[in-house]
Amino acid sequence: MPDIIFRDGSIRQNQWTVVSRPEGGEALDIPEQKRVLIPADLWLESREQFAGDENVGVWLDSHDEPEILADHVNELPLIAVNFPKFSDGRGYSIARLLRERYGYKNELRAIGDVLLDQLQFMKRCGFDTYELRPDKDIRKATRALNFFSQGYQAATDTDQPLFRRRAS
Amino acid sequence: MYVYDEHDRQMAAERVAQFRDQTERALAGELAEDEFLPLRLQNGLYVQRLAPMLRICVPYGMLRSVQLRRLARITRDYDKGYAHFTTRQNVQLNWPELKDVPDILAELAEVEMHSNQTSGNCIRNTTTDQFSGVQSDEITDPRPYCEIIRQWSTFHPEFAYLPRKFKVAVNASEKTDRAAIQVHDIGLQIVRNDAGELGFRVHVGGGLGRTPMVAPVIREFLPELDLLTYLESVLRVYNRYGRRDNKFKARIKILVKALTPEGFAEKVEAEWAHIKDSPSKLTPEAINRIKTYFTEPAYLALNNATELLAQQRFENREFDQWLKYNVDTHKKPGYAIVSLTMKKTGTPPGDVTDKQLEQIADLADEFSFGEVRVTHEQNVVLADVRQDRLLELWGQLGPMGFATANLNMLTDIICCPGGDFCALANAKSIPVADAIQRRFDNLDFLYDLGEIDLNISGCMNACGHHHVGNIGVLGVDKKGQEFYQVSLGGASQHDATIGKILGPSFARDDMPEVIAKIIDVYVNKRTEEESFIDTYRRVGIDPFKERVYA
Repeated sequence: MPDIIFRDGSIRQNQWTVVSRPEGGEALDIPEQKRVLIPADLWLESREQFAGDENVGVWLDSHDEPEILADHVNELPLIAVNFPKFSDGRGYSIARLLRERYGYKNELRAIGDVLLDQLQFMKRCGFDTYELRPDKDIRKATRALNFFSQGYQAATDTDQPLFRRRAS
Repeated sequence: MYVYDEHDRQMAAERVAQFRDQTERALAGELAEDEFLPLRLQNGLYVQRLAPMLRICVPYGMLRSVQLRRLARITRDYDKGYAHFTTRQNVQLNWPELKDVPDILAELAEVEMHSNQTSGNCIRNTTTDQFSGVQSDEITDPRPYCEIIRQWSTFHPEFAYLPRKFKVAVNASEKTDRAAIQVHDIGLQIVRNDAGELGFRVHVGGGLGRTPMVAPVIREFLPELDLLTYLESVLRVYNRYGRRDNKFKARIKILVKALTPEGFAEKVEAEWAHIKDSPSKLTPEAINRIKTYFTEPAYLALNNATELLAQQRFENREFDQWLKYNVDTHKKPGYAIVSLTMKKTGTPPGDVTDKQLEQIADLADEFSFGEVRVTHEQNVVLADVRQDRLLELWGQLGPMGFATANLNMLTDIICCPGGDFCALANAKSIPVADAIQRRFDNLDFLYDLGEIDLNISGCMNACGHHHVGNIGVLGVDKKGQEFYQVSLGGASQHDATIGKILGPSFARDDMPEVIAKIIDVYVNKRTEEESFIDTYRRVGIDPFKERVYA
């Protein structure tokens, strides 16, 4: 499995397997003895079965509504957001809503078409781990996570926009 | 005008370093073309028909003389010695080399300029009235709010990959709307409510392009301090729900129409309820800090030079005409607003040479506190000229080619670069503008016609704003041949209207004659006081159709 980048630039081994949505009618196929990420709506359907299971997290696609998890976010050890294409920017809003509106505290991971030049935006919007597309050079992640030393606006990383920091 | 502090300078430098890194990776083959595309676009870099094109940001149209001189130097060192003023108050270079762009950006950063977000599916340069701060009828100077929006939208981490480009415009005058806010994704009209408090009327979902639309109002009054949280709410709703499956249906106007303005407003209000009292809510101190950069220059206590000007006008008819058409009333006694027209026949509208950029810089220093404004009509404004020096200024403008007294006249054409330069264009636009300017070369006739907006776009993307021209011309491609579709009745100010298509399109060579016939109908049908648009609105499109297709 490809390694995972953490927000501080460190690289660790990935422990989570993304389980894709089953074809119509079929049951969810969860591999044994693994930590898995399943589609969020399916987790909700069987919430009582999964709740509190440290080995089952969820993933949201870019068109999914994070609202469905609103009351349950912190029952999850990990939420991943899929970027089907790096230019699909919906995942940034999803991340901020999970963090800032629903108070999600655990690991938030970017998966899918994750490239280097978007990492800092992801970090600012609350993602703390990133599954870089395997053809990209993972050693350049630290640089990409830190192109800018600060931002003008508030986001998940700071609720203080520059105009308030300037004033103090 | 705004001056960078250490935060702005640091981020500008980091941006240049970032783009240098990205360009190196692109040239080394580490970034695929489609991966580099949004990165270079968000730095203003297009790959065009003949060479890359670099669009440099001029925030809300304001430039200092030192910046003009730097632009001149850049056009000499990296380009072919000329630049182009765009229809969104920016400046374009047509011939830079990709490998040089990081160096160009570094040179720009030295004079507090950049090309951030001048293209791509992100929040673009916020535009406003070129007469901001010097006209008497504005509610307040809109530029501090434009700067506040500039900072908020710059490198916004959530909104760098929107469904499509996003343009915000601000207007503060009750009588005029030179910023054409109702054809923007967000149009902000500065207003005061019944209690006298400052705020914004928020229009969302206007735009030109393939589906032209005048923006409906989604909030009648937004208190001043709520500006950024509300914008953030609009953008979040758009980012989440705007269409991404079809480029031509991806602008916010399509979403607003699909949800209805009321339905869209409800979604925004619901989002806003969560964040309106967050620390992103502006503070009076933050607004005042920005306002201190837009205080009045050191005006002298002067009287209006009425008698002197009357005498000078009497003695010089050309000066009289120039004063009448290219000079506007200033809020301060003894001062005037001067528009330099970049529309001399024989030069593509908006094009300026390096020498001319330096001349404009010198004029700014000599006559107008070292600042100029770029207009969306592709002209340049000296906003603070002493009335008793107008004749002297006019004398200098003539030889430079900036005194063509055709401001807002038929030949003051708004025109995109078109098929001569732009890879998107279906047809050339500059030769059409040129042919029309040559056909109508009699200034007295133009003055008699009065104000007519003639706007030309080389394709549906409508950079030449053809939909809102009183006369709009759109280049279309028919089986590999260039044709031109004409529309009538467009308007961009408070009376914003999308023009109606006249009928089948025309060959390029026929265009001057077609325009002449349209003008002919106006001249025959008008009453004494009517402008072109008034007559059109009264008589409708049919008399024009009959004459043109007779």
